[in-house]
Amino acid sequence: MENQHFRPLDLKKKMRLGETVIQTLLFIAGFLSIFITLAIVYELGKEAWLFFGNPDVTFAKFFGTTRWQPGIGQFGIWPLVTSTLITSFIAICVSLPLGLAAALFLSEYASPKARSTLKPILEVLAGIPTVVYGYFALLFMTPLLQGIFGEDVEVYNMLSAGLVMGIMILPLIASMSEDALSAVPRMLREGAYAMGATKYETSLQVVLPAALSGIGAALIIGISRAVGETMIVAIAAGSGPNFTFNPFKAAETMTGHIARISGGDLSYNSIDYTSLFAIAFMLFLVTLVLNLISEAIINKFRQRYE
Amino acid sequence: MNSNHDHYPEGDSFRRSLSGRYRTASIWQALFFSALVIALLSLVALLYNVADGAFGYVAYEYKHDPAEFTAKPLDDLNQEELLALLKANLSSGAYDKLNNEQPMEKRSKSVLYTLVLERLIQIETLQIWSMTDSIFRSAGVKAEVAENYPEAKLEFRSWLTPVFLTTPMSSKAEFAGVRTAILGTLWMVGIAILTALPIGTGAAIYLQEYASKNFLNRIIQTNINNLAGVPSIVYGMLGLAIFVRALEPFTSGSMFGVTDSNGRTILSAGLTMGILVLPLIIINAQEAIKAVPDSLRQAAFGVGATRWQTTWHHVLPNALPGILTGSILAVSRAIGETAPLIIVGASTFISLDPEGPFSKFTALPIQIYQWTTRAQSEFHAIAASAIIVLLILLLTLNATAVLLRNRVQRKY
Repeated sequence: MENQHFRPLDLKKKMRLGETVIQTLLFIAGFLSIFITLAIVYELGKEAWLFFGNPDVTFAKFFGTTRWQPGIGQFGIWPLVTSTLITSFIAICVSLPLGLAAALFLSEYASPKARSTLKPILEVLAGIPTVVYGYFALLFMTPLLQGIFGEDVEVYNMLSAGLVMGIMILPLIASMSEDALSAVPRMLREGAYAMGATKYETSLQVVLPAALSGIGAALIIGISRAVGETMIVAIAAGSGPNFTFNPFKAAETMTGHIARISGGDLSYNSIDYTSLFAIAFMLFLVTLVLNLISEAIINKFRQRYE
Repeated sequence: MNSNHDHYPEGDSFRRSLSGRYRTASIWQALFFSALVIALLSLVALLYNVADGAFGYVAYEYKHDPAEFTAKPLDDLNQEELLALLKANLSSGAYDKLNNEQPMEKRSKSVLYTLVLERLIQIETLQIWSMTDSIFRSAGVKAEVAENYPEAKLEFRSWLTPVFLTTPMSSKAEFAGVRTAILGTLWMVGIAILTALPIGTGAAIYLQEYASKNFLNRIIQTNINNLAGVPSIVYGMLGLAIFVRALEPFTSGSMFGVTDSNGRTILSAGLTMGILVLPLIIINAQEAIKAVPDSLRQAAFGVGATRWQTTWHHVLPNALPGILTGSILAVSRAIGETAPLIIVGASTFISLDPEGPFSKFTALPIQIYQWTTRAQSEFHAIAASAIIVLLILLLTLNATAVLLRNRVQRKY
C-alpha cells in the first residue's frame, strides 16, 4: 500500500493517431477491390436493367429469335451466343490436349535443364498481346485455312479465330495443369514405379487422375478466358451477328460485338448503348461463375494433399 | 500356376508385353513433347508472319516528277530548302493549316522530307509483297512489276524506320507513324501505374500484415482473385460508364477549365487501365511481402517497433524489388491491352500529340487493331511494324522484370 505513489509501467496499447490513419488508409485500399466489384455489378446491372426494362425487349424475343439488331428492334441473342460458344469450343479443343500434354511433359518427363529451356516458350506465348494474335489469325491462319479447305473459308471466320485463341490459352492451361500435376505427392509415383509401371503408365494412370480436379479448374479458367477474349475475335471472326454453326463462316461474338459497336459513335441512353451493357453484364456473370467454380475446385484439391 | 496366369504374363510373353509397353510409353512421350513443339512452331510462325509483313518489295509511282519542283535531287536538300519548296508549292491555306498544327520552321528535315513526298510529289503505292515473296521470288516480282506497272519504281522497304517512330498518324499508310500512339500509350500507362501502384501496394500490405482472418478479409481476398479473372472488356464497359460518362466533368477536364473535350480522354483510359491492373499488382505485391522472412518482423517487434514501423522500415524495403517486378509485369499487361481502350477511347483518327491528361488519345494496340482491320495491304505492313515496336517494348520490360527477379532470388 505504501508503494502507491509509484506509477506502474503502463503496458496498455498507446493510441497512436498517425498509425490509426495509416491503418485506415490501408484498409480502404484493400476494401476498394470490393467497391470495384460492386461498381461493375451496379453500373452494368443498371444499364442492363434499362435494356431489359424496354417494353420491346421481351423474354420470348431475347431467347426465342435469332436476329440481333437492337437498333431496328431485333433482340435475339442467339447469334452472339452461338458464335461465342463455337469459337470458345474450338479454342478449348486446341488448348486442352496441347496444354495438358505440354504440362505432362514438363512435370513428368523433362529434366530441370530441359524445363528451363522449354518453359520460356510458353511464357513468351502468354505474354504476347491479344491484338497481335488477332493479326496472326487474320493474316496467317485464315490464308492457311483457305489454302487447306479452299474457297469455303470466308475471310473472316470463326475457325481461324478459335484456333488462334487456342494457342493463346495454351500457356494458361499448361501452367495451371503443371501446378496440379506437380502437387501430386511423390509417393504415388514411387508406388507405381515399385509396381513395375512405366513412366507413361504412371503419368497417365496414376498422376493424371490424382491431378484431375486441378486440371478441371484449369479447363474452366480456360473456358472463362476464351469467352471473355475480345481482340482475336474482333479482328478475325467477323463483324456482324450471324446465326450459323459453320466454323468457316463469319460470325460476331459477344465480345466482338461490344468492341465494334462501342468503337463507333454511340449515344448514351440509346438501345444500342444499353444492349452492350446487357451483353457485358452477361459476360461478367458467366466468367464470374466459372472463376468461382474453378477456385472452389482448387481449394478442395488443396485440402486433399496438404 | 494359379488362375491369375491369364492376367499376369510370365517368361517370354512377359518380355514381349514389356517391350510393347515401353514402345507405347515412348510414343506417348513423343506425343507429349510434340505439344511443346507445336507451341514453339506457333510462336515462330507468329513472329515470322509479323516480320513477313513489315519488310518487302513495294512498287510505287510518283504522281509528279521531283524535277518539276527542284533541280537538285530530293535527298540532297537541307531543311531550309525543303521548307522553301513546301512554301512555294503548297497552297497558302494548306501551308497555314500545317503551320498551325506545328510550326513548320521547327519541324525536322525528315518530317519535311516526308511532307514533300506526301503533298507535292504524291507517292502512290501500287502493290506490296511479303518478305518471303521478295526474297525467294524476287525475279517473279520484278517481272510482274515490269508487266503490270511499267512506270513504277520497285524498292525493298522496311516499313519500320526511325521516321515511322517519329511521325504522327496519317491517313496514308506510307506516311503514317506511331509517334502519337507511343506517346498516348506512355501517358495512359503512366496514369494507370500512378493510381494502381500505391493503392495496390496498400491493399497488399493490409491483407498480409494487418488483416485478421475474419469473414470480411476472406471476402476481400477472394474478390481480388476474381477481379483478376474478369474479362478486360468488362473493365472497358465499367470505364465507359464511370469515367467517360458519370465523371465526365472530371475526366474531360471541364472542371479545370478545359473546354474542347468530352470524357474520352487519356485520363479515363489511364484510370480504367489502373483498375484493370490493380488485382495483378495486389497479388504480386502480396507474394513479395509473403516472401519476406518472418524473423525480420519478429526482430522488429522484439525491440518494440509498432506494426507500421515494422512494415515501413523492414518489410517494405525487403519486398520492394518484388513489388517493382510485379508492377513492371502490370505495365506490360497495360501496354498490350486493347479492348478497354477501344471502348473508352473510341477515337479513330488522332494526329496530334497528347498534351496532357485531358487530351484525346490513341495508343499502340489501338493503331495495330485499326490498321489490321483495313483492307489495303500497305496498312497491314504498318500494322506489322507497329507490332514489332510493341513487342520490343514488351520484351525490354519483361527482361527488366526477369533481371530484377533474379537479383531478389539471390538475396535470400
